[in-house]
Amino acid sequence: MLDTVLFYIFGAMTLLGGILTITRRNAVHSAISLILSLLGVAGLYLLLHAEFLFAVQIVLYVGGIMVLFLFVIMLVNLDQAAKERQFNRQWLVALAAVAAVGAEVGYFLYRGKDAIHIAETTAATAVASVVGNTEQVADSLFSEYLLPFEVASLLLLVAVVGSVVMAKKRI
Amino acid sequence: MHPVTTVHYLVLSAALLLIGTVGVLTRRNIVIILMSIELILNAVNINLVAFSHALGPDHVQGQVFAIFVITDAVAEAAVGLGILIALFRNKETVLADEIDLLKW
Repeated sequence: MLDTVLFYIFGAMTLLGGILTITRRNAVHSAISLILSLLGVAGLYLLLHAEFLFAVQIVLYVGGIMVLFLFVIMLVNLDQAAKERQFNRQWLVALAAVAAVGAEVGYFLYRGKDAIHIAETTAATAVASVVGNTEQVADSLFSEYLLPFEVASLLLLVAVVGSVVMAKKRI
Repeated sequence: MHPVTTVHYLVLSAALLLIGTVGVLTRRNIVIILMSIELILNAVNINLVAFSHALGPDHVQGQVFAIFVITDAVAEAAVGLGILIALFRNKETVLADEIDLLKW
């Protein structure tokens, strides 16, 4: 009961934040709306018993990426851009295409909603494990997915070097 | 009230994905296009975590995948904003359809 109410609250936060993000004229307002949306997603992680991801979402997204976005918004002068037209000329075509894709996805979700129930009955009967969520994620990350984990560190190194090269005036 | 099932999360995730796609396809401001990409990646993460939850408490593979997606999102945001700063220094604009150097 409480789970259902919380799901709808966090879902509404997520969708409202998303809609505000793509419709606001001022980029700072967009960034604040995006923070609302990301906090809603963090709440959904909590409802799905992914406590580690909840913490990661708040620390990394809201604390890290959004600060980066706000810094760039302050660095780049956006007053000029806020006065101009906000949507490009193809927006009607884009909306029609997205509506078509949305109808398709909605139809398939409606048709396939019974197929997912099989997995859910096992989830309801399974006993809750004694180790915490963070421990489980760490176990999986450092045993099963060790190679992807190391490759991710390489990706981050490339991203650091790449962003410095891009943003620096003279190398 | 109905209990929340996996399908609820899938519908929410699909809606968030479509909102992000509309943002990418219709906005002119590059900063907001990058923010819309973050929305799309978050929709993917909701999907992964919802399926991870549906498979039972001992399956956290979906959450590990979500961590990798977050890593990618961080790298993408850093490089994208770096490119944006370089672009603004050279062209004095942040509007995507005014950057048409390669247009014939």
